[in-house]
Order: sequence, then C-alpha cells, then structure tokens
Amino acid sequence: MELQDIIKPENKIYERPHLLLDVNTHYCPGCSHGVVHKLIAEVIAELGLEDCAVGVAPVGCAVFAYNYIDIDWIEAAHGRAPAIATAASRLWPENVVFTYQGDGDLAAIGTAETIHAANRGEDIVIVFINNAIYGMTGGQMAPTTLLGQKTATTPYGRRADLNGYPLKISDILAGLDGTCYVTRQTVHTPAAVRKTKAALKKAFLNAKAKHGTSVVEVVSTCNSGWKMSPADSNKWMQEHMTAKYPLGDLKDIENAHIQ
Amino acid sequence: MVKISGAVTVDRDRCKGCELCVVACPTDTLLLQPKEVNDRGYHYAFMAHPEKCIGCGSCALVCPDACIEVYRVVEK
Amino acid sequence: MEEIKLMKGNEAIAHAAIRYGFDGYFGYPITPQSEVLETLEALMPWETTGMVVLQAESEVAAINMVYGGASTGKKVMTSSSSPGVSLKQEGISYIAGAELPALIINVMRGGPGLGTIQPSQADYFQATKGGGHGDYHLIVLSPATVQEMVDFVGLGMDLAFKYRTPAMLLADGIVGQMMEKVRLPEFRPRRTDDEVRQQCPWAATGKHGRKKRNVITSLELESAAMEKNNERLQETYRKISENEVRFQEYYTDDAEYLIVAFGTVARIALKAIEEARESGLKIGLLRPITLWPFCSARIAELSKQVKGILTVELNAGQMIEDVRLAVNGSVPVYHYGRMGGMIPTPGEIMDAFKADFPDAVK
Repeated sequence: MELQDIIKPENKIYERPHLLLDVNTHYCPGCSHGVVHKLIAEVIAELGLEDCAVGVAPVGCAVFAYNYIDIDWIEAAHGRAPAIATAASRLWPENVVFTYQGDGDLAAIGTAETIHAANRGEDIVIVFINNAIYGMTGGQMAPTTLLGQKTATTPYGRRADLNGYPLKISDILAGLDGTCYVTRQTVHTPAAVRKTKAALKKAFLNAKAKHGTSVVEVVSTCNSGWKMSPADSNKWMQEHMTAKYPLGDLKDIENAHIQ
Repeated sequence: MVKISGAVTVDRDRCKGCELCVVACPTDTLLLQPKEVNDRGYHYAFMAHPEKCIGCGSCALVCPDACIEVYRVVEK
Repeated sequence: MEEIKLMKGNEAIAHAAIRYGFDGYFGYPITPQSEVLETLEALMPWETTGMVVLQAESEVAAINMVYGGASTGKKVMTSSSSPGVSLKQEGISYIAGAELPALIINVMRGGPGLGTIQPSQADYFQATKGGGHGDYHLIVLSPATVQEMVDFVGLGMDLAFKYRTPAMLLADGIVGQMMEKVRLPEFRPRRTDDEVRQQCPWAATGKHGRKKRNVITSLELESAAMEKNNERLQETYRKISENEVRFQEYYTDDAEYLIVAFGTVARIALKAIEEARESGLKIGLLRPITLWPFCSARIAELSKQVKGILTVELNAGQMIEDVRLAVNGSVPVYHYGRMGGMIPTPGEIMDAFKADFPDAVK
C-alpha cells in the first residue's frame, strides 16, 4: 500500500492527546516526564475528567507541568503539593485532584506533607517521578539516589556512611492505612507505558470514587543528570534502579476508608 | 491472509531526536535524520523504511514529546 | 441571628469564622491560640455550614492548605502564634505572589526563638514589613478587644477578597486569652460552588465548561513579565494604602503630646492618658488599627500639633520606626516597651512619659 493510502484520518490509531496543549515541553530529549504527562492527559480525557481535574505542580523539573495539560492547575511551593491538594480536594469534593512530584519534592523536602496526606487518606492521586536525582537544579543527590551513584553533590558516589540510604518512600506509603493503591511502574518500553497508563487510570478512578490516596511511582530516567543518552538511561534504569525499586503493585485494596 | 500496513507521522518541529522511538520500533522502520535538523537543531525521527511499518504504535507510546501519530490498515 | 456571649478572643475567632461563612480552616496547635482550632472542632461546622476544619501536620502544611484552598476561590484561614507564623512565611509569600485572598491570624507570644507563651507584640516587623521573601505586604489588622477579634475576621477576609491579597489579624496573646462580652454577627451563608466560580473567575475550581484553564502560580521566569507582576502587586498595595488606613484617636483635639500604641496596649495607654488628664497633662492617643497600611499621614499631621510622641509597645521598639518615618524628625519620638510577656501598667507608662518629656510636667 502507498503511504498516502495509509495516512488517512480513518486509519489513525494513535494521536497526540487533545488535552496536551500545543506547545513544546521544556524537558530534555528523552525525559520520562513527557511520557507521563502524555499518559495523564490521556487518562483524564478517557475518564471524562477534563472539567473537574485539578493538578498540583511541584518544584523541580515538572514545575511547568501546568503549561502542558489543558486543565486547572495550582503551582506548589517545594514539597507542599499534597497539603495544597488536601485543601483543593476537601473544599471541592466533586473535583479530582492530583499532585505531580519528583523525588526531591516528594521524598525529601515534602516528606511530611506526603506521608500525612496519604495517612489521612486524602482522596487524591500522587504521581511520583523517581529518577534518583535533582534534575532542575543540576543533578544533585536525591533521597532516592542509589548507593554508589554519582551526582553533583556525591561526585564520588553516594555513601551510606555520609549520605544515608536510598529512601523507598512508596513502601512507607503502602504501609499507611490511608492509601488504597500504591504501585511502582516505568515508562521505558511500550509494554511498561501501557501498564503505567492502566495504573494511572486506576488511581484517578480511586480518587473520583473517594477510596483514599493512590500513589503511582514511575521509576524514571534523567539522562542529562545521569550524563547518558536517553536509550542508555533506560538501560541503566532497568539494570540498577529496578533492583532497588522493584516494579509492581505494593498495595491495591478496594477502599482505604473501609477497613 | 491478513496484511497489516502501517505508517507514522512525526511532528518534526516538536521532535527532540531522543531516539527512544527508534529503539522501541520492532521493525527498524524509524531512524533519526542523519544530517538534517529541525529549527531547534534536533535530528528528528523519520520513517527510513516505511514499507516495514506495521502500525504497532510502540514508537508513539514511548515518545516523550507526543510527536508521533500512528496509522494502520488491515487488509483481509 | 446576633448573639451576645462572654468568651475568649480565641474562641470568638472560631465563632466568627463560622458565622462569616468561611469555607475552611487549617491549623496546628500552638499556645496561646490553640482554642481557635479546639473551638472549631467542638462546634463541628462541617455538620452545619459545611465548613472544612482540619488539624494539619505542621504550620507549613497548614499555610499550604490555605494556599491550596485560596487557589480554588474558597474563603480559607489559618491561625497560629509567633514561632508557628515564622514557619508559615514561605506559604504567605506564595499566597501574596500568586495574588490570593486568605486570612492569617497571629496571636503573638514572646520571642525570639521558642521565647515564651506569654503575650507580646514583637512580630510587628514580621507582619508589616513582609515577613517572607520578596516585595509584598499583608493587610495587617490589630484588634484591641474580643469584639474586634470577631469583627476583623470578617473585615480581614473581605479586604483580602477585595484586593486579592492575604490579610493578617495580628493579635497579642492578651486579647487571645482574655474573656469579654462579644456580639456575634448573624450567620452569613457560605457561597455556593456556582457563586465561587462566578465571583472568582480566576480560581482553580476545575474548568467546569470554562474555555480557558486557570493556573495559580507565583512563578514567572521571564524577567520583564516578572517585573510587570511585581508592578501589579505594588499597584494593589498603593490602592490599599490609599483606601484602607484605619486608626482611632482619643483626646487628640487639644493634645500637646501624643502616645501611639496598638492592640491591647492602646487600652492600657488610654487608661494612663485619662489619669494624666486629671492632673492637667494634655496627652492624646493614636491607635493604629491597620498596622499596614500605616496611618503615616495622620501622624505627620499630628506632629505639627504636638511637642513629642511616645510609642508604647510589647516589644523593644518596632512600630516606633514607622512613627519616626512619618514624623520625619519634626518632633522627638521615644519608645517605651516591655518584653517577654511583661505587661506595662498605666503608671509605668506615665513614668516613662515623664522621663522622656520632663518639660511636660514642669
């Protein structure tokens, strides 16, 4: 078949999600953020939540998440997104509120806000991008940085005696009574992208149904911070990150509020 | 016999040439432009072997910039 | 309907918040203001007006809940005391930067550091000069009575919405803890969600059919645009300074000297002045009600009439700087203050006055 016979509207099976705004992202080439943004835009549209979804953007590389998805947004101070989402959700129970946070935002400066929002069982979605590094500020150590991993502030590799251990915060969140769904996924292969989308869909449905806090951790890459190509970053992530941060559901119960 | 023909379009101005689609493509359809760049200086992706495309959408799924759209025709 | 009750200032704040139709309160316990949260939890307004009340995990979380609630157009507030308000400064700066209405209550205790749980006015600088980072101001209301604790909860929120800027009720621990007769206002119904969407077309309420999405942020990396944002803020502050200066005067018509005091200290100073007048000393009292914007113009005017000014504060001399700026050197301005929970008596104030202005009593 000729190309012009294939490339016809009726044959289109995948298109750019219409909730993604018509702008180029500021992310580096190959950055996982873009994939997750795309999935969130798809999930919100497919669940028909465009009118009631409110996103809370973090401080970090995803600070400009609000420029990319065509819904209402609130830009949070560093680490405070879950507190902001708590109020936005409680004051507008009909809305579906989600936070989008990196590892520094969620697991370092915002640890208290994250744990307590989840422990209260706020009916929100927490999307957690874990790329084991501070991207925006130039590749410094994150709470999730692996032992031995070189960063701008651990130039000889993270040492347990100096810097402590990689923080598996999703495991902590799964142990809280307020969470109904905690899962760890990746977006480095087509199959992984499909699974992450399904996880996000489940999380947004939980929030809409008021079943408690859902956490979707996406073990991600930061090829600029890691100083590798995007493809090599994916390989490194799969080989090293998933050993410390095993993939799959950490918790999946119907409703955290009924226990 | 069922014959599947696929094709993708790449929004060349949006593409950042990260190459993840090239890696994800199971049929080696895609490549980055070896010389030509878009107006932001990226070697954007293109169908180097359009006849190989099966329209599986793998490239579009992993694309961080949502710049790939996928078409598929199934002939019986 | 209106009700007359005897209650603590902190309790009165809680009642006022419900009656003025607030949508949410987010707080964290700290002495001497914990009764605000306690009273709200006991009154359970979520069962009646639908107001959300939440004990946060920290002051930082509480102010960010306020930021989140204000971002969605709802009437939200928090209360705390000095060390807690220091923690809230990050969020307050964001609320100011994002041009959001909110009410923050500081029932001041003595500092610095953990200081004391006893009353103080030592957060005047923090409240009126910004507090957090960046060029911003709060509308700062200073109550002297339990009745004003009630009234200013309503006024503060109204002003905050009028100018889309955070307002602070800066009370000292005395007025938080003391009991007085208070007239509680009639219940003002909370706005419906549709009313919020209409009145706050800028808010992150969810699009609900709105074409353009709303984004609440204080971030702008384009320097020229950021300067524009700052200029817009400054324009708001200019309007507030023009329209919202509030103060009270006593015995200023014939005053030869002036005492300037705010909050409960103004009540002690008034007692001192009334006693002094019996012995023929013509002293007037100016009590700033808004600490920002400050009644500089009125003080400048009075400085042409009086021979000297004494400020009395529960701190080491903070408001005196604004008084001196207003007077611009035309008459001497002195300070008398007690710190760390100590409260001056009317007699002490007069002793200080006489020491500063020996000519007045010759």
